[in-house]
Amino acid sequence: MEALMQPVINGILLGGLYAVIALGLTTMFGIVKLVNLAHGDLMILSSYLSLALVTYLGINPFVSLIFVVPIMFVVGFALQKYLLNRVLGKEMEPPLLVAFGVSIILQNLLLLVFTPDAKGIMTVISVKTIQLGNIHLPVLYLADFVIGCLVIFFLRLFYNKSFLGRAIRAASDDVGAARLMGIDTSNIFAIAMGIAMITAAIAGVLVGMTFTFYPHTGPQYLIISFGVIIIGGLGSMRGAFVGGIILAEAQLLGAHFTGPGYQLLIGYAVLLIILAIRPQGLFGQAH
Amino acid sequence: MSSAPILKIDQIDVFYGDFHALWDVSLTISKGDIVSIIGANGAGKSTLMYTIAGQHVPANGTIEFMGDRIDGMGPHLSVGKGIALVPEGRRVFPRLTVYDNLIIGAYTPRARANIDENIKKIHDLFPILAERGNQRSITLSGGEQQMLAIGRALMSEPELLLCDEISLGLAPVVIKSIYKQLEVISQEGLTIVLVEQDVKRSLRFADYAYVMLEGKIALQGKAVELGEDQVKKAYFGM
Repeated sequence: MEALMQPVINGILLGGLYAVIALGLTTMFGIVKLVNLAHGDLMILSSYLSLALVTYLGINPFVSLIFVVPIMFVVGFALQKYLLNRVLGKEMEPPLLVAFGVSIILQNLLLLVFTPDAKGIMTVISVKTIQLGNIHLPVLYLADFVIGCLVIFFLRLFYNKSFLGRAIRAASDDVGAARLMGIDTSNIFAIAMGIAMITAAIAGVLVGMTFTFYPHTGPQYLIISFGVIIIGGLGSMRGAFVGGIILAEAQLLGAHFTGPGYQLLIGYAVLLIILAIRPQGLFGQAH
Repeated sequence: MSSAPILKIDQIDVFYGDFHALWDVSLTISKGDIVSIIGANGAGKSTLMYTIAGQHVPANGTIEFMGDRIDGMGPHLSVGKGIALVPEGRRVFPRLTVYDNLIIGAYTPRARANIDENIKKIHDLFPILAERGNQRSITLSGGEQQMLAIGRALMSEPELLLCDEISLGLAPVVIKSIYKQLEVISQEGLTIVLVEQDVKRSLRFADYAYVMLEGKIALQGKAVELGEDQVKKAYFGM
């Protein structure tokens, strides 16, 4: 039993990171009904931006968020306003294809600028652990979890209590009626994407500190995001948090019992089981 | 027509693709009046309302509101000018609470300054909205949703309130209560344009009425002077 505690705790902590990775994808689906296939690549772009700032300015990766977050907000806003908004509302395929195109362009740009070598953002907490009896808490995982929780908390607060957050939710409910209220939905969707990219920026910096990354790592995190939001329910932030923990637990416990080779397989087997029992996800609404 | 025109529509034509929905429509609405637009399904009433609200761009003609051209402005800008539309089917934001729906009604900068005061006014007008404040609007009954849709529109502090088929699908007692409150609002000087299929109610409630047939104004006049038979003939194109 004691041997189980370590993967269980690591799973919870990793789940917080998975949740913040998936947050931007799930909120954009919930608000704009857009499946942003470039989500993982935009997140990895943030990892590279942070790496460049850490390398050239010598700053702490957490401090790099001061620059990466506004940059990614602008990237998200511009992407939605000038590209994705133009293909929204017609069919399901055009936004998918445009996002897929953005994904390919980003991967190749990163390859061109940063080379295909594996990178990682090293910090003083990268290898630190806190010992609690027989359990080792990796400080970085703990930071991932705490920051993930904070991001979800503040995002929920923003969407539920602020004027802008309410306007975004209203536009998500009924675009036509929102326009009748004086809401410029084109701008609102762009702001929503900007906010989704803020979460992607935070996730990107955390992922960069926690794992190694390459220009082509984005789709790997896109698949994790899909796993998280399918388990938790499309468009639900609470679902992203619970889904993140379930997926991470399934992977780490799977690795514990069957070996690291089966880690991913077990994770997605659990996803399939949940999908079979509750197709709309744990916190999703059935249509 | 009692005072200066607040809305002047001059010879507008509106198309849906190749379909000619409004033909050379002209009308003038005076400040403080209640104007009824009567017509059968497909007569162009809702198209006219959405065109005034900025959703449709007329191919020809002009729309002036309080002296400014507003045709083709876009609904997100016309509401800032003082035009609020209560859409057919209510279209409240289902996942938002009643309170949040009202807050969103005050999205424009001109309305944001007086949110608390206006919410209180709406609660006085429709007390049920205060009781249901924290409920998701999807949980409200049809009548309550209609009250919310009207309250939400009033939150924008409009000069002109456009009501599209507000009695549709509601019980007579609820309709009566909503119309009673509209009268209260009207007495405060708000101009109201009402789209209705119920000829009797429309004529009883309005100062002036227009009857539409196949996208054209078929008949107009002071509500008290228009006979019900005369209106029904224009309504059916007889």
